[in-house]
Amino acid sequence: MNYVVQRLLTFPLILLGVSILVFVSIRLIPGDAITAMLGTEAGLLTPAQRETLAAYFGIDQPIWSQYLRWLGGLFSGDLGISSIYGKPVLTVVLERFPLTLQLSLMSMAISLSVGIPLGVLAASRNERPSDLLVRVLAMLGQSTPSFVIGILTIYVLSVFFGFVPAMGTFTPFFADPLASFGQLIFPAITLGFAFAASVTRITRSAMLDVLSDDYVRTARSKGASPGSVIWRHALPNALIPVVTLSGVEFGYLLGGAVIVEQIFALPGLGRLVLDAITQRDYALVQGTILFIAFNFLVVNLLVDLAYVALDPRIRIGGDNGQNGFRISPSSLRPHRCRDHRALSPRGHSGVARLDAT
Amino acid sequence: MTPHDPLKLFAIDRLKGPNGTYWFGTDLLGRDAFSRLIIGIRQSMIIAFAAVGIATLAGTIIGLLSAWWGGIWDGIFMRIMDVLLAFPAILLALLIIAIVGPGTMTSVAAIAIVYTPIFARVVRGPALSLKQRDFVDAARTFGSSQGFILSRHLLLNLVAPLAVQVTLALAWALLTEAGLSFLGLGTQPPTPSLGLMLAESRNLMQHAPWLMIFPALTIMLGILGFNLTGDALRDILDPRTQRREA
Repeated sequence: MNYVVQRLLTFPLILLGVSILVFVSIRLIPGDAITAMLGTEAGLLTPAQRETLAAYFGIDQPIWSQYLRWLGGLFSGDLGISSIYGKPVLTVVLERFPLTLQLSLMSMAISLSVGIPLGVLAASRNERPSDLLVRVLAMLGQSTPSFVIGILTIYVLSVFFGFVPAMGTFTPFFADPLASFGQLIFPAITLGFAFAASVTRITRSAMLDVLSDDYVRTARSKGASPGSVIWRHALPNALIPVVTLSGVEFGYLLGGAVIVEQIFALPGLGRLVLDAITQRDYALVQGTILFIAFNFLVVNLLVDLAYVALDPRIRIGGDNGQNGFRISPSSLRPHRCRDHRALSPRGHSGVARLDAT
Repeated sequence: MTPHDPLKLFAIDRLKGPNGTYWFGTDLLGRDAFSRLIIGIRQSMIIAFAAVGIATLAGTIIGLLSAWWGGIWDGIFMRIMDVLLAFPAILLALLIIAIVGPGTMTSVAAIAIVYTPIFARVVRGPALSLKQRDFVDAARTFGSSQGFILSRHLLLNLVAPLAVQVTLALAWALLTEAGLSFLGLGTQPPTPSLGLMLAESRNLMQHAPWLMIFPALTIMLGILGFNLTGDALRDILDPRTQRREA
């Protein structure tokens, strides 16, 4: 079947599965919902009051009808009421989203502007000292958890520079771009660091692939300058896997950088999930996780479609990776592993990291 | 194994820097950081190995059966795996922890569940193509049992990609475990764990940086070790990448 059609058809199916999983898992939590909502005060309720409340929240209905009601609510944007904030879950989530979005964009920008030049440099000086240095740094970068980088950043800043990053609040970008930028720059560096390492690795490996291709040799032999061969002829083709990697990474980042947001005390989506879990606000847990999973799925879908646009062979579906026309590491090919996590936990170069999350 | 009891409070020696008695110093409560680190490493490794072990087993079985039975079973299994993959990994772990409550067993379960679909995918792909190879047909005509074909002919041919994946998964599990306990949702105090030690050191970093530096370095080294092993294994086992370190 055509890859695009297949991908578009399974999308709503997976979304439905995700909603069932989230719904059921929240219902699996021991104890009834009314006790969970009221805490110790639930002990003061008479049985009649309990029944009224159960009827009010619809939890006296069988589980499938509860699910259908909940699903119906989702379509009109009704994710329930958060018990911590006393506001609709969607409102709370949308309040937190701008920070996470801006943080994701900033760390993407940082990692791409560091990773791509480094990867190109390493590939063009294959097996020379500068290549080895970049490779060692990239490996170290990928093996350093974001919370270690975050803590070290704060340590260095506060101990050596007497500077403590602003924490706890967030100025929206459109209110004061500079302040907002300043608040997020260190968390963005923290997040971007680890991702820069994987961008470097994937760029290097893709560049090495491309540089050994015939058309690059042709370009060289017709007298194109080394710089022009690398930047004009080779890099555009080598960037295809980088685009895929970035898309997948962006999906992760949008899911909220739970740990980094926690370290820098940023009120983003990841921290919202964490607070909701520790304070047992189940409607909020459910709503936020659903929102994040939705974003994640949409971004993944867009990445796969972008890949098809960039690499026409997938559209035809006949490529089996053996036609000698290599433009990307095989592990990134969507037709081989549609979800990019299939071959490697972090979805890309095979090396594990816990960056965004 | 440890020079001191990792839980014992040496009240007079609180927040001592690294010295001959307490190699990596002591924490706010006067506990020996070196002993805690050793127990923490053990804790992290147990969780990582247990979780990856379960995930490998479950993922391999699901992937193999999915490929072998095909048809509707393949569809059902793989759609369930797709749903699990639709969550950013740590969120799925957090969702599971939200249900069961934090703890060592929960960490193992959460990491295992997060990782199972990845193994299922890794196994299913190659298993599908192996299934159509002549030697499998030959085995069938000999009258080999399904179990024998699955374990001998399919599984043995999948050992190489699995080995790579297991090593990388261990690095990832170590990271997740450290991350979860750093958030206070993994190993619960007073049991020492690397992530927890790091989290506790945050408020003291100006006065006692050693409490932060040693656990941080340990986590990095552990992950680096698994990552390097995984990379090397892939280069050795996968002929396509033989001349290249991705």
